[in-house]
Amino acid sequence: MKIHEYQGKDLLKKFNVPVPPGDVAANSQEARQVAEALTEGPFVVKAQIHAGGRGKGGGIKPAATPEEVEEVAHQILGMTLVTPQTGPEGRVVNKVLVEQAQQIAQELYLGIVLDRTLARPVIMMSAAGGMEIEEVAARTPELIIKEAVDPVAGLMPFQARNLAFGVGLSPQLLRPAVSIIDNLYKMFVALDFSLAEINPLVVTKNGTMLALDAKINLDDNALFRHHNLAALEDPEEMDPLEHEARKHHLNYIRLTGNIGAMVNGAGLAMATMDLIKAAGAEPANFLDVGGGASTEMVTNGFRIILADPHVKGVLINIFGGILRCDILANGVVEAVKTVQVKVPIIVRLEGTNVELGREILEKSGLTFTVATDMLDAAQKVAALVQ
Amino acid sequence: MEGLPFPKLASERGNMSVLVDNNTRLVVQGITGKEGSFHARACAAYGTKVVAGVTPGKGGQMIDDIPVFNTVAQAVKEQGANTSLIFVPPAFAADAILEAAAAGIKVAVCITEGIPTLDMVKVMAALKNTDCRLIGPNCPGIISPGQAKVGIMPGHIHKPGPMGLVSRSGTLTYEAVHQMTLLGIGQSTCVGIGGDPLIGTDFIDMLRLFEADPATEGVVLIGEIGGTAEEGAAAFIARQVLKPVVGFIAGQTAPAGKRMGHAGAIISGGSGKAADKIAALTQAGVTVVTNIGELGQTVKRVMGYRGRS
Repeated sequence: MKIHEYQGKDLLKKFNVPVPPGDVAANSQEARQVAEALTEGPFVVKAQIHAGGRGKGGGIKPAATPEEVEEVAHQILGMTLVTPQTGPEGRVVNKVLVEQAQQIAQELYLGIVLDRTLARPVIMMSAAGGMEIEEVAARTPELIIKEAVDPVAGLMPFQARNLAFGVGLSPQLLRPAVSIIDNLYKMFVALDFSLAEINPLVVTKNGTMLALDAKINLDDNALFRHHNLAALEDPEEMDPLEHEARKHHLNYIRLTGNIGAMVNGAGLAMATMDLIKAAGAEPANFLDVGGGASTEMVTNGFRIILADPHVKGVLINIFGGILRCDILANGVVEAVKTVQVKVPIIVRLEGTNVELGREILEKSGLTFTVATDMLDAAQKVAALVQ
Repeated sequence: MEGLPFPKLASERGNMSVLVDNNTRLVVQGITGKEGSFHARACAAYGTKVVAGVTPGKGGQMIDDIPVFNTVAQAVKEQGANTSLIFVPPAFAADAILEAAAAGIKVAVCITEGIPTLDMVKVMAALKNTDCRLIGPNCPGIISPGQAKVGIMPGHIHKPGPMGLVSRSGTLTYEAVHQMTLLGIGQSTCVGIGGDPLIGTDFIDMLRLFEADPATEGVVLIGEIGGTAEEGAAAFIARQVLKPVVGFIAGQTAPAGKRMGHAGAIISGGSGKAADKIAALTQAGVTVVTNIGELGQTVKRVMGYRGRS
């Protein structure tokens, strides 16, 4: 789960990682009040969306006075911000963060990610702050200093020193740097982050270190033990259909194509998307109804697929293991009772209770095409789009 | 030939398999739950020796003729359990895995989906000091057709035979097995290694076991987007695997930055793409199928399979 910069910075403050003074605002008057409460300007107004590259799209702007903050906030709030990470459709800005602008002497990168191969968190630091870390890794990997943390020993001070000296910080900055690294790692572990990035971590002209940005992702699997963090989710940032699917515990991802797919199992769902593409069509979604899906879940899944106006046909591909084919068939029949189905449906059922499932579909009066296997399903999808 | 240290040819060995076989004595952790009891019965019905169940506080109960214990240590001591199948909820799964390892279980299969990643970081570090092999989590388990099923896969679609199968996905494994079985191609052992970012046993571990197993003549490897495990497997295959390998990578059309159902299935920072994995495997001599519908036929062609039973 992603959270906003202002939410990330609130967490950083709680763990004693210094951030610039500032606060979030939902309208331009509020933005002005935030600026007025700060002791002195100039200020910076930052759009709060779950995507990077905001500056390039006009989502981060300086302002000299509280009046100017109000003006700039008025421009940014409500705009559809397009950045290299949002896709062409962009994101609507509902909140801005107003902060005191900083006099920057040096920009660094500090991040923590999980290394899947080492099975350990890895802390990365680079003197090339403000750049995308992937870009730094591709062009100048030697500029990235890495320390993998042993989960039993925890982060050792020498590792923090290796990072700080490795990026060329002067000895007088060692203490604040080590403290920030240590506190960020403590947060990562205590709050179950899956990613923490401070980019840039800056040294100001008066010699203090501050987190100028905060990109934090939380481990969805650990939210059960962090209820206060789960509440940070912003439904406005999600596709409405994806949000709807989540409420029904369905793994649905909206894509840009024209053939909907309802599948059980993540791997088979991905393989089915690939099959649709290979057949000359484009997948409209990823939907894994899961191994233990109920009739109700299948109904909801079918309804959500059909709610996408781009869908010109639906491929139902179920390999019944735990999920029995009769449950799936009942779900489809229930869904059809409540949703107007105007597009062709191709059904491929295999596995547990397959005969029963086919019988239920046949008796339902629903018009659909049966595919005997994956290759047949692909051909029938191809015929549909021609 | 008796006593010579050479492995016998596949045709001379009736009962080979990796990880689980007729000697497997299974304990099911979380046996009194809905899933635990259902699958304990299904494994027993397949012929697996399910010798015990564990649910703390419910020791003394019976599930059919399977005795329930309070601890895994008791199940090992009283019933000689050597393999564990874990169904406990995500919040308690790390504890269950390490309990199995501490009790001397040799193979622990964890079905549980949704274990916090940092719990698994600790588990992986702790397991290094034991001789327990973890399969999963978030996986369908292991089956050696005709011998033992330690997992949630539908047993009836399998058939004993020469192909080893290793996969990050559950239903995709069933799909592959089904296609092979319909063509008369059986399987030595099928292992779902799990869809999470951190898993106890990876492709390389399984490839090493299959390469050494006289009953396995070829391997089917099913990967998906996310991480670089398939690239690692490709490098290993190029150096150390002589048996033919047929591969498939799911998620050729998956967009970057989106988690495709499995916690580990995400393209991030330019890494984890299907195209890179397919290229690496192809380079290593693996026959990579791009349409899952053609997997069975491709295995048949690559193995020059004569349809023996």
